[in-house]
Amino acid sequence: MSLLDVKNLSISFATPRGRLAAVRDLSFSLKAGETLALVGESGCGKSLTALALLGLLEPPAVMEGNGIFLEGRNLLTLDEPTLRSLRGSRIAMIFQEPMTALNPVLTVGEQIMEVITEHEGGGRRAARARAVALMEKVRIPDAERRFAEYPHRLSGGLRQRVMIAMALACSPAVLIADEPTTALDVTIQAQILDLIGTLKRENGTAVLFITHDLGLVGQHADRVMVMYAGRVVEERTAADLFADPLHPYTRGLIAARPGLGGSGRRERLMEIPGTVPGLGAMPVGCAFSPRCAFADDLCRSTVPTSIDQAGGRIACHHSEGIHDREPAIRRIGNS
Amino acid sequence: MRRYLRRSLWQIGIVVLGIATINFFLLHLAPGDAAEVMAGESGAATAEYMAALRQQFGIDQPLYLQFLRYVGHLLTLDLGYSFREGMPVAELMRQRLPATLLLMGSSTALAVSLGCVLGFMAARRAGKIADTVISTLALLFYATPVFWVGVMLVMVFSVALDWLPIGGMTSIEAGYRGWALAGDVARHLVLPAVTLGLFYLAIYTRLVRASMLEVYHLDFVRTARAKGVRPWRIATRHVLRNALLPVVTTLGVQLSSILGGAVLVETVFSWPGLGRLAFEALFHRDLALLLGILFCSSLVVVFVNLAVDLIYTLLDPRIELS
Repeated sequence: MSLLDVKNLSISFATPRGRLAAVRDLSFSLKAGETLALVGESGCGKSLTALALLGLLEPPAVMEGNGIFLEGRNLLTLDEPTLRSLRGSRIAMIFQEPMTALNPVLTVGEQIMEVITEHEGGGRRAARARAVALMEKVRIPDAERRFAEYPHRLSGGLRQRVMIAMALACSPAVLIADEPTTALDVTIQAQILDLIGTLKRENGTAVLFITHDLGLVGQHADRVMVMYAGRVVEERTAADLFADPLHPYTRGLIAARPGLGGSGRRERLMEIPGTVPGLGAMPVGCAFSPRCAFADDLCRSTVPTSIDQAGGRIACHHSEGIHDREPAIRRIGNS
Repeated sequence: MRRYLRRSLWQIGIVVLGIATINFFLLHLAPGDAAEVMAGESGAATAEYMAALRQQFGIDQPLYLQFLRYVGHLLTLDLGYSFREGMPVAELMRQRLPATLLLMGSSTALAVSLGCVLGFMAARRAGKIADTVISTLALLFYATPVFWVGVMLVMVFSVALDWLPIGGMTSIEAGYRGWALAGDVARHLVLPAVTLGLFYLAIYTRLVRASMLEVYHLDFVRTARAKGVRPWRIATRHVLRNALLPVVTTLGVQLSSILGGAVLVETVFSWPGLGRLAFEALFHRDLALLLGILFCSSLVVVFVNLAVDLIYTLLDPRIELS
């Protein structure tokens, strides 16, 4: 059974010159115990999607769609008090920057307790004991003492653990992790992602893992959605995606990853030519067509629809014959 | 912390002594002295009479001797003697202090509490009608001169409506006692306290509103929303607490400058406080009294600033005294 079902979600900004679409026609579902990665470069609509799922978009951003179903209830039809009661208890979020995401004048313990008292009531003493237990669960050493610390006294890794404890306090069905490790150094990164994975398996939580880092996706996600300029261009299992990416953008992304270069020889870093189009300057056809080596007139005039292919979904006019055209991308990469 | 306090107290001592020195010489720059004023008032000013007065007041001596004697007295906490009033300065000030503290306390309490409430309400309803009304009124009071407000309040509430007394602190003729006296003082207090507090009320309202709106955009407020915290609790626990620092800063400024405002308001409302005493001392060239009041005022300023520093550390754990 899927815990989260998103159907045709679109997010746009209302401006004096009309609507600017930031996320178009996003559909996906998320099962218990599954990690779905949403990958894309900055500004492609990843974080907006996360805020939309929590019902936290603020004007001028508006969302439309055929429904966001959280455990069967359509969030788009619920009123604000009901949404509030779900936020933090059934669907929770971990933010990117654990320094600014925590209130500087409250102790970390109080901030964890707050989730419990707001959603489940009960006495302060019981909430405090649970908060300490949560801090131990996310492996914060010396939790009892750290309970009374203020955020600025903790390291980045510990602060992110506090965020995780907060997010998991009421055992949510869905956890959204928006670039949870971007602000942390690499060794801490792995620890935090492993922690999220362990807790997910223990509680059967569904995780939407938002990142721009393909390297993390391979190890920590079951399925991957690649987003480009507000649309999902390829959705596959992580194994399939890395073995044989079928959308030219995904191929470019994977080719652009710096390898360790086992041969010792320095390889030239591949890049995707051009830049992401602005919201107000989207091409008529496929948004990737101006940067795509395979683009033809069809791509430049018609937006490709998502089709089921190779155990996933791909939105490209030419994905089926992509292997035959492969030399073309090599040439461009080396030129 | 203890080291911080010890160092601060040393600095306070030096600062206060410096202020006293500057006050002393500044006031002696002004032409005329107490003897001239008294002689002028009595109408008969012979040279011998004035010389006798000057000798009696000790102002016939060279300035540096007068200064050394003044500092010497200060170091033994002796504020001097007012020949004009025929009383020690300390005793004079002790008589007037309660009235001024009452006025300052009530006007500050009014400005801070109401300003925080109004600013809070305006920030919660930013852009809506309640916000527009509050912000417009705040701007109006911010821009209106204090003396004009005082006179207008008297015109409306004392002269036209006859609800409140025009001035003074008590109705002497009525001879109230106990609770009746307290009620009488309270009725006399309303207009001067409102006049003195209105300007700062406007400042606090604008400050709390602006600073809350700023905090509302910070990441941790978004986190609180994502946690499902109720809007009221977000506003009070997360936003307001973080928005209070500038209020404390302004409170320090207000308390430091309030004596200046009190001079005006106490004179307009004939409130028997230190402000009016300072005003009269200035006109009578009663330098000992004036220096005494200014000295105590400087003490208030430095200690309020110290208190503000200490309150910062309570409000924001990131601030540490070193």
